[in-house]
Amino acid sequence: MASKLTQSNRAGWLFALPGFGLMVVFIILPFFFAISLSFTNQRLISPNPTEWVGLANYRQLLGMGMITLDAVTDESGQIVRDDTGAPTYPRLREYTRNNPDYPHLDGMKQWFSFGRGGEARTFVLARDLVFLTAVKNTVVFVLVVAPVQGGLALVLALLINQKLRGINIYRTIYFMPVVVSIVVVSLLWRFIYDGNNGLLNNILDFLSFGYFEPVNWLGNPKTAFGSIIGMSIWQAVGFHMVIWLSGLQTISPTLYEAAEIEGSSKWQTFRYVTWPGLRNTAILVLIVITMQAFGLFAQIDVMTNGGPLDSTQTIVFQAVERGYGKQDISGGSAISVLLFLIVLSISLFQRWLTRERT
Amino acid sequence: MAIVTPENRGLRLVVRYTVLTIIAVIFCFPLVFMIMSSFKPSQQLLTDTGSLRAFLPVGDLSFDNYIEAFARAPIGLFVFNSMFVTGTTVILTLLICSMTAFSFVYLKWRGRGLVLSIILATLIVPFETIVIPLLLLASKLPWLGLHGIEWGWLNSYRVQIIPFVADGLTIFLFVQYFKDLPGELIEAARVEGASWPQIYRRIVMPLSGPVMATAAILKFLAMYNSYLWPLMVVQKEQYRPVMVGLQYFFQLNIAWGEIMAYLSLITVPVLAFYLLLQRAFIASIASTGVKG
Repeated sequence: MASKLTQSNRAGWLFALPGFGLMVVFIILPFFFAISLSFTNQRLISPNPTEWVGLANYRQLLGMGMITLDAVTDESGQIVRDDTGAPTYPRLREYTRNNPDYPHLDGMKQWFSFGRGGEARTFVLARDLVFLTAVKNTVVFVLVVAPVQGGLALVLALLINQKLRGINIYRTIYFMPVVVSIVVVSLLWRFIYDGNNGLLNNILDFLSFGYFEPVNWLGNPKTAFGSIIGMSIWQAVGFHMVIWLSGLQTISPTLYEAAEIEGSSKWQTFRYVTWPGLRNTAILVLIVITMQAFGLFAQIDVMTNGGPLDSTQTIVFQAVERGYGKQDISGGSAISVLLFLIVLSISLFQRWLTRERT
Repeated sequence: MAIVTPENRGLRLVVRYTVLTIIAVIFCFPLVFMIMSSFKPSQQLLTDTGSLRAFLPVGDLSFDNYIEAFARAPIGLFVFNSMFVTGTTVILTLLICSMTAFSFVYLKWRGRGLVLSIILATLIVPFETIVIPLLLLASKLPWLGLHGIEWGWLNSYRVQIIPFVADGLTIFLFVQYFKDLPGELIEAARVEGASWPQIYRRIVMPLSGPVMATAAILKFLAMYNSYLWPLMVVQKEQYRPVMVGLQYFFQLNIAWGEIMAYLSLITVPVLAFYLLLQRAFIASIASTGVKG
């Protein structure tokens, strides 16, 4: 009888259709658009008709090559060395500019190089250095932010989970940056990271009794990305603290009572009662941070614009810069597809890591 | 456990509160700096950043920055735009996502399982990966306006609202909530001859206060703070929301005092709202985690 009561194809579809229809148009369709556009030369506005270009966009983004060169020798067979004593090599430009013998290296630039024993050296070349830097930065960002932010959030959750008078006030404050726009937060942190009179430099100067050399945190390629990582962790750690807290509150108090009766130490209680009870929360926190971290954009846009020297480029920043800034929809789409593939493989990998072991 | 004497218990309390307070300072100082600076002349603001003065209401305080900020940019318009876009999206989201979830939980129809799994699958597609093709789509979509069919959605309110009305997370939250409502109520109403729209409107919606609050808060934060999308699709001042309106203050001579006043103006109302409803805010984030 119950099934007859609820069987209703027409009403069912009518109720579901507005929501599902909108999702099809604005999420699912664009997702498949991204894939097909990435094989074309589509621009946002263009007088020319769009053409299929196959894998050209991907070749442009991911094109890499290697070449091993022997050190330059003079007439007597001696290796020519520069002022520091390092061997010199033929100029790469001779191979990457219109060299008919090396058509696959045309237009590439040096990414990095490594020694090959003896005096030969292998040069790794790439067609799009900026994009590869963006991929590297984004992956570094995720690999640092996921454990650090997740871990700090757990520590905060454990602190906030204590039974103390006024603890809710602290919880409210720790969560506060989450409700503030990341654009606002990024602008404020520009003052903290300022090279001349920034707060961070002044604090470090004070703590080191004046021995600390001021750093232009966002202006230096060595520190800019780390500074953005630090700020990003600060901004969203309260969000994950709250997720951990809700996980902590699902653990039955009787387990803690039992642990206390058994006389287990604080660490043992955490290790054998709290942590196993947080398993599902841990997976959720990890996945959510990873997804958020791959979207890194606003901080870059407000704080550094990808610089200095491309040291803070990210995948999404590149997708927007090309797809919107240069109106190169197809290039931006190809970047989006690659981003999705990276996100997908990382979440599958995390699934596998956190799988139920029997 | 170590024996706890009254003295070391007191000491431990002091240590705990000290740790908690130091962390609290770390989380509030940029916001305190923002609010204090908004009352200071730009010159003083920049010299104050080097010391504790940055966090104190000292020196030459006035509302001048606010007055000048209003003179420089149509702030009222930006705030209205943000409120209109955010408010409309929140209301439409609650309506449409709850209907979709309602049909998944209470109605049996062909294709239901498949459609639900497609919707949940969208949760692993970050918005950033579809933003570029969505931009192209938005530039080409038709709209029935006052003067017949118009093509292209750029520079409008609809482009900021409609793509965000239906989302997987909100539907998921409603589905989880509806599953826990007593099914007998709905069956009883069916036996009495109530139609599905009546059940949705008279029974299920009145019981959905908590999940509506959760969904509304999450949507409100996402929409009010959104940046990437309006940055791309809104060039006209007329439709610009507050976060993109910030660009006004970076033209020609940058006056940091005015920027701080603007940031305070667009942030303090949200903070006040949060402090007022902090329990609901925190519960809404927590609820995304409970069943995940």
